[in-house]
Amino acid sequence: MEANTRSTGRLPAAFLTPGSSSFMDFLGAHSPGLLPGNRPLPPVQGAIEAPHGTTIVAASFPGGVVLAGDRRATMGNVIAQRDIEKVFPADEYSAVGIAGTAGLAVEMVKLFQLELEHFEKVEGAQLSLEGKANRLSTMIRGNLGMAMQGLAVVPLFAGWDVDRQKGRIFSYDVTGGRSEEHGFAATGSGSVFARGALKKLYRDDFTENQAATAVVQALYDAADDDSATGGPDLARRIYPIVTVITEDGFRKLTEAEVSEIVRAIHERRLDQPDGPRAALL
Amino acid sequence: MSTPFYVSPQQAMADRAEYARKGIARGRSVVVLQYTDGVVFVAENPSRALHKVSEIYDRIAFAAVGKYNEFENLRIGGVRYADLRGYTYDREDVTARGLANVYAQTLGTIFSSAAEKPYEVELIVAEVGNAPEEDQIYRLPHDGSIVDEHGSVAVGGNADQISSYLDQRHREGMTLGEALKLAVESLSRDTNGSERTLTAEQLEVATLDRTRPQQRKFKRILGRQLSRLLDEHGAGDGGKSADGDADAGDEAAADAGGAAGESGAPGAKSGKPDAGSGSSEGSESSEGTSDDA
Repeated sequence: MEANTRSTGRLPAAFLTPGSSSFMDFLGAHSPGLLPGNRPLPPVQGAIEAPHGTTIVAASFPGGVVLAGDRRATMGNVIAQRDIEKVFPADEYSAVGIAGTAGLAVEMVKLFQLELEHFEKVEGAQLSLEGKANRLSTMIRGNLGMAMQGLAVVPLFAGWDVDRQKGRIFSYDVTGGRSEEHGFAATGSGSVFARGALKKLYRDDFTENQAATAVVQALYDAADDDSATGGPDLARRIYPIVTVITEDGFRKLTEAEVSEIVRAIHERRLDQPDGPRAALL
Repeated sequence: MSTPFYVSPQQAMADRAEYARKGIARGRSVVVLQYTDGVVFVAENPSRALHKVSEIYDRIAFAAVGKYNEFENLRIGGVRYADLRGYTYDREDVTARGLANVYAQTLGTIFSSAAEKPYEVELIVAEVGNAPEEDQIYRLPHDGSIVDEHGSVAVGGNADQISSYLDQRHREGMTLGEALKLAVESLSRDTNGSERTLTAEQLEVATLDRTRPQQRKFKRILGRQLSRLLDEHGAGDGGKSADGDADAGDEAAADAGGAAGESGAPGAKSGKPDAGSGSSEGSESSEGTSDDA
């Protein structure tokens, strides 16, 4: 490579090359070292200890979709962080919740947000919801090497489909496999319990508030049976993060709104610790 | 093989500058004004899809006149620069000053490199601060210089005349409606002194609005909202523009999608001069009348 004696501070060629609207493609061409998937991982024995985020749940309702997550990160049997946030806006009309290795997941979300924003700025239009879901798939696949070392990231993606005028939920596996979920979905260590709870609670005619209540109930049940999922911490005022995406865009419920839902549930559970009973038949 | 004639460096540079200036003078103008809540960009641009004004980053926007392919290339370069910088460091570390510098170096290198055709573009990079005093507006002419502007600035075909019109009338603390009205007045004056009427369909308007709750302060003002702002101030003036912003939010979100939906006529962008783009050159009369109706 020739010595950089002619550098004048002008934008390098990669910046002015027309063609791609993808920030990840640009990063791959210009500074591949910054792409998360491109970092070589030294061979290690056994799993790497790092904080893991846990349960994320989502449920759709006629006017949109809610996505919520608990606040706990664990490292082995230690609670690494009790107020971590694991649900983020991806752009105006979608949100992503992450389970798995927290450090990698947060970086993945940051890059994913940037990817969507970059496309929007360059093209002057948003990606379709399917397009966004596919980009996320690609990013998870890029992390496969890490996943095999125990550093997996498994998100849940939810958004408002502007074309079809409805809320949609996509779940993923560690290999980037993507599947659309109808009604409700959960991911992370407490997802088994959360899904069981949602299965009994979910109705497809929920209002926004009912959907939010249902996901908080599900997180409550997950925390009940899964040690890695944190329940609402009334004393410290640490409540689940609950977000709603509707035609009007992304909105994170305020602490006061979530606290109201949590307290109502808590109140009822003082009498019925296992939560609402479903009909037998 | 013939021996090239000797051309003095001064002459070579003057020729290149004239070439670039003529290209720029052919297009319609863009004006950028500060108002109380931020910076407003107004361009005469009949196309809905090919923008002269665009978002670069949270607080930074870009406006350009001249050759579309050239400034579009620079715009995308700027978006990549800003996004990469924000990803590497932090969103706060992306500044208009840094971006303007990179543009200046790029334009300057291209301008003085004999192997390349000079870019026929003039850019504006603006950043909105937390208070009007912190707003920054940089104008970047074709040769790579940077001009730090305050209050109001115009670039494009009729820039000199529009600038002096704006300089006389622009004041601090204008509302959005007032600033917009002034911008439209300045754009609708022709070199020969006559006035045209510019309708909402012929205008591309965007703001960097520091009062916007979102992180990204850029928003386009489109359709009904634009017509309303223009009508309100075309007629009675006075009024409020503050409330114009309130419902701006909804349309802002919709704007991106709407913009690209209808892929407008290509070429519409090369904007045309209605005869005589007045400014500097002197020789423009010949180009002025060239293309479209």
